[in-house]
Amino acid sequence: MSETVKVPTMAEYMAEGKKPEVLFWVGCAGSFDDRAKKITKAFVKLLHNANVDFAVLGTEESCTGDPAKRAGNEFLFQMQAVTNIEVMNAYEIKKVVTACPHCFNTLKNEYPALGGDYEVMHHTQFLKSLLDEGRLKVEGGKFKGKRITFHDPCYLGRANNVYEAPRDLLRKLEVELIEMKRCKKNGLCCGAGGAQMFKEPEPGNKDINVERTEDALEIKPDIIAAGCPFCNTMMTDGVKSKEKEDSVQVLDVAELIANAQDL
Amino acid sequence: MQYIPNILFILALAGGVGYFIKNIRKVIRNIRLGKDVERSDNKGERFKNMARIALGQSKMVRRPVAGILHIVVYIGFIIINIEVLEIIIDGVFGTHRIFAFLGGLYDFLIGSFEILALLVLIGVIVFWIRRNVIKLKRFWNPEMKGWPKNDGNLILYFEMVLMTLFLVMNATDLQLQALGADHYIKAGSYPISQYISPLFNGMSETSLLIIERTSWWLHILGILVFLNYLYFSKHLHIMLAFPNTYYGDLNPKGELDNLKAVTNEVKMMMDPDADPFATPDGNQEEGEPEKFGASDVMDLNWVQLLNSYTCTECGRCTSECPASQTGKKLSPRKIMMDTRDRLKEVGDNIDKNGSFIEDGKQLLNDYITPEELWACTSCNACVEACPVSISPLSIIIDMRRYLVMEQSAAPSDLNNMMSNIENNGAPWPFNQMDRLNWNNE
Repeated sequence: MSETVKVPTMAEYMAEGKKPEVLFWVGCAGSFDDRAKKITKAFVKLLHNANVDFAVLGTEESCTGDPAKRAGNEFLFQMQAVTNIEVMNAYEIKKVVTACPHCFNTLKNEYPALGGDYEVMHHTQFLKSLLDEGRLKVEGGKFKGKRITFHDPCYLGRANNVYEAPRDLLRKLEVELIEMKRCKKNGLCCGAGGAQMFKEPEPGNKDINVERTEDALEIKPDIIAAGCPFCNTMMTDGVKSKEKEDSVQVLDVAELIANAQDL
Repeated sequence: MQYIPNILFILALAGGVGYFIKNIRKVIRNIRLGKDVERSDNKGERFKNMARIALGQSKMVRRPVAGILHIVVYIGFIIINIEVLEIIIDGVFGTHRIFAFLGGLYDFLIGSFEILALLVLIGVIVFWIRRNVIKLKRFWNPEMKGWPKNDGNLILYFEMVLMTLFLVMNATDLQLQALGADHYIKAGSYPISQYISPLFNGMSETSLLIIERTSWWLHILGILVFLNYLYFSKHLHIMLAFPNTYYGDLNPKGELDNLKAVTNEVKMMMDPDADPFATPDGNQEEGEPEKFGASDVMDLNWVQLLNSYTCTECGRCTSECPASQTGKKLSPRKIMMDTRDRLKEVGDNIDKNGSFIEDGKQLLNDYITPEELWACTSCNACVEACPVSISPLSIIIDMRRYLVMEQSAAPSDLNNMMSNIENNGAPWPFNQMDRLNWNNE
């Protein structure tokens, strides 16, 4: 990760009188969480590699309000939403891509009624479209033949019925794509959704991320692929709690593609 | 004198149907206690959902054993009810097997009813075994203790008895036909009851007549009792599954509604030209600001209340719920059962007092605790699992809204998260001005 890729902001584009093809919505985790920042950088490299004309909001971006809404704070959610929409509409944003399914769901489904109507894509969908257009090359590389299982993020899968885009990308890596017994529509949550990421779980007899990690470890993968920064954290912690971090990696689909090409 | 059976029958029928209608009107009134929500759009898609999910049982077969047995019982239930039509006509006019003139078709119908009756009987016995012998976990959750457990079994016993009576009635009818008894014209085919019939060999015509008539009467009275039992049980799903799937949420599962009242206030706050003395919503009663979220059943919308009456406590939601699976108190099924129980309590209160008199209770705390609500990950597994399009999640979110916006009663971790968002636009305490720093690290 030595060379830095130039990441333009919308403000810079505006100053030059240009409009990018797509806005990359980085999200709070992607901006601040050490693990998620790696996903952000990997995705940016892929965008750069595919010659995608993109920009970020940078310091003008603010939380979408998803965790506030799921926690029941509709006021805070709508304050965030209206502020973000004002910024995005001022830049006349048409298309948004994000690596966070929570941002994806909120921007796509809950912003339109508040005046924010954009074409919103999850980064796996966007990468898939780049692949289909021939702008992005995905090849086996170093993951060829590895046993990889994809953990469906609730807010990508059940919430928005996106199951195939991430899997199509993984197949392109010529990996051995294996499925957990609970997958797709029946996938088990990692335990982070609904604002659980930011609080201690209620008393119980097990942590949800451990339960889910057991699902994954049962099929003996080399890598657990994720498509959500929160799932990534939860699964990474789960693997650690099972002391399997030396044999099982947790990686985002974007990281897998970028690493396969040694970008 | 000869008309006494007819009169008794008409009285029983009128009483049974009348009492049922009275109670159904209560159900409808109670559902209407809920707030309005727009579900009159996309009629085509809604009909399709109803046809696929309720009529076609598409979600039931996700669990093949229970699903296929359920379809058998469901088809049996519907088709055997054609026989009830004949029973009613016979009962009212004192005829016997009025449709016998259909000849070959009649034989076919009666034959199919018999086969279905046997299949239903087998299905129901397997269901009973699953509940009581195999003890499937989802039927033994804490919320299934007492009445819910007995209710489930009682329904199965009802169906066993009704099917047995139907077959015994036919078996003795067959004997009476063979004896050439008055009224008992030779009609119908009896692929199942012909094997029960030998049990009655050698009985006198009078004894056979008594058994046949008793079975006939108990069968139809049993159906009327069962019809009226629905209102007091979890079994209303046999009817409400249809409107419930029709009025189900058509939006992506991840989409939560945006509270209109909040939108108005937020717009006022953001708009420098807004009149600060304007009421946020024109159609609101003066002096009484709208309550945010739900603490009682009247705060929920009518679809959520319809959901609660439709739930038949199968527990697929709870068995898929990540919180339930890891020992948390939350059970989506219990959310639905609590909502229905509280709604019934409110309904009884209205029946007693003419209108609702404050009873010092509410859905929150008295039925559903905050601990349950805060255990939800909003993963939609419960919504996906429900065979009849119920959303326990929407009730959980509405109750969280009440806790947070009316009572400021979120867990302290969440309060930290929310004040971070408020102050620096991220759930963690990082400065918004550092949002792009990742690019330079």
